[in-house]
Amino acid sequence: MSFVSQFKSLASEKTRDLRHRLVIRTALRGYEIVRDKRKAAFQSWESARQAAAETKWEAINHLDEHLIALTSKLEARGTKVHWASNGAQAREIIAQILRDKKARSIIKSKAMTSEEIHLNHALEKEGFTVVESDLGEFIVQLRHEPPYHIVFPSMHLTRGEIKDLFQKELGDAPSDSPEDLTMVARRVMRQKYLTADVGFTGGNFAIAETGMISITENEGNARLTAALPKTMITLMGIEKVLPRFSDLALFLPMLATAGAGQPMTCYNTMYSGPRQPGECDGPEEWHVILLDNRRTELLADAEQRDSLHCIRCGACLNVCPIFRNVGGHTYGTTYSGPVGAVITPHLRGLQDWKHLSNASSLCGACTEACPVKIDLHHHLLQNRRNASANEPAFFEKLAYKMFAIVANEPAFWSLAKKIGWLTQPLQSLVKGSALDPAKAWTKTRDLPPQPLESFKDWWKNRQ
Amino acid sequence: MKNTGTILSEREKILGRIREALKISAPLPGSHDEVTTHAHAESPASHAREWLPSVGTSAAEQFDLFAKNAADLKADFQLLNSREELPAALKKIAAAEKWSRIASHDGELSNFASTTLGLPVMLTDKGYDVQEMEKCDAGISECDAFIAQTGGVVVTSRSAGGRALSVLPPHHIVIARREQLVADLPAAFALLKQKYADNYPSMISFITGPSRTGDIERILVLGAHGPKKLTILCF
Repeated sequence: MSFVSQFKSLASEKTRDLRHRLVIRTALRGYEIVRDKRKAAFQSWESARQAAAETKWEAINHLDEHLIALTSKLEARGTKVHWASNGAQAREIIAQILRDKKARSIIKSKAMTSEEIHLNHALEKEGFTVVESDLGEFIVQLRHEPPYHIVFPSMHLTRGEIKDLFQKELGDAPSDSPEDLTMVARRVMRQKYLTADVGFTGGNFAIAETGMISITENEGNARLTAALPKTMITLMGIEKVLPRFSDLALFLPMLATAGAGQPMTCYNTMYSGPRQPGECDGPEEWHVILLDNRRTELLADAEQRDSLHCIRCGACLNVCPIFRNVGGHTYGTTYSGPVGAVITPHLRGLQDWKHLSNASSLCGACTEACPVKIDLHHHLLQNRRNASANEPAFFEKLAYKMFAIVANEPAFWSLAKKIGWLTQPLQSLVKGSALDPAKAWTKTRDLPPQPLESFKDWWKNRQ
Repeated sequence: MKNTGTILSEREKILGRIREALKISAPLPGSHDEVTTHAHAESPASHAREWLPSVGTSAAEQFDLFAKNAADLKADFQLLNSREELPAALKKIAAAEKWSRIASHDGELSNFASTTLGLPVMLTDKGYDVQEMEKCDAGISECDAFIAQTGGVVVTSRSAGGRALSVLPPHHIVIARREQLVADLPAAFALLKQKYADNYPSMISFITGPSRTGDIERILVLGAHGPKKLTILCF
């Protein structure tokens, strides 16, 4: 099945699923209330957005200089930096580190880049044990499915479903209270931390000035991942840089506010190396892998370059009417929602993924929600333009040509109106069926009846 | 990965693609498509203080703000009148939670706090066994600062006994002096820079409340992986 037909069939299935709608709407209504409260606490959220956008602009438009500064600082303190042009190279670098270390078990904290390169699957195939430690990621890992949302991976599940899952997979689920279920995961994970050979993390920001990688999380799982195992691996997209250490004073509270309606995420931790002389713990080795994976192609598109400013807060997903109705899994992409619809055509091919840019009401809620002011809804339009420019749809072109002929000639136009009025009773007989020429519209909507007298006729009669 | 002879390393290839891409300039955000190659002379985020949540001006206001923010985060903040009240405050918590063993690190304040209880203390400074730390009822540490704006504390691998002490035991106790209060996040970053710029600790952590998750139906649960409780004792 092609990506577009898969999207269409999942989308129509999910929009009919009232239980799914209820779960998502309840979760996102709660998010909106706390986010608005936190935004209002800023003295000027709008000025903060503009400064964040300019800071990311500076970072991305001098990306080469910032990456050189970042990596030379990291290397100076004993960190091993690796560069990967694509997913296959990144997977091989990681697998090679694991083989060299004779590692068996890997504890992972949340990293969307690892979803992007399908890391878990590749490592499991080689016989490594990979455990996701973020609670939401752990839940979807037990279900053998990808995260539903880039920030809230298991938001589509109810406590009852999670209880049944824990009972089946872990044999332990005392009740369906979120507290009890979280404690089950805590107990399971504790021993895994203490025995894992390698800790694996993503990164939220990379500071060029000081050579640090900043990780944002609520649970403490990334803190433990970066504290206990002897080897630490961090995989991060090249676009994550910020120029200065002090930029975090703005970005950390903005990420927390836009992403989850928090004043600050519980743990924001900056790592600048493996265990240093005089320090009592931390990994002996730290490997940082910088991933391109076609980000440089997106960079080359100056018009949409600002989509690399994305800090993966998920705010645009949360406000998107399409995301809320079709759900995260329907996209079939690592990054879903508006930002996913914008960048996936660049990362995985325009013709295969252009349908995501069409599945939009262009309402602009995403652009308004974005803390770094990415012009998301215009980029959706640009994707549509680019897709039709380099592969025009024959019937669509023909239809517009015909329309232009009819609309430009008053005689044709009034004839078309008459035919429309005469044939519309027939349309109601076939409405929404395969015989209906307007099926794509009438399947889920009404076609308003065409009056006998047009506005033009009415006006003429009044003169 | 190896740079052998004329074959470009992945590093050079990626940097090359970046330089090629950046030959075309992108408009500054909000500039209505006006293309520039340089942003403002000063850093765009340098005025962050004027946009972030307000913090008041007097120390009293900022202590109140910290107390309110910490309470919202479900952290326990106790502002003591003097250092002499610290042992009693600690003993009260230790008795309520029936502590039998604690972890801490070498430091003027942390030593004072951990020895006052008369319990076995595991110090992290010269290396330690993680299984032993896992059995401790609490981790007692110092901090670099606490922030009125967020209700959180800043710890580093150097100031707070390593990476695990503040996150592995179920209760993290922070001992702080009043003068360690900073007003806002820009002040906290300035402090870290001033204190460590020539040699940063390998880990700097902004801890804002006890560990938490909302991954099940977006309902808040404390103690997801890190401490269930965070207590800040300040004198």
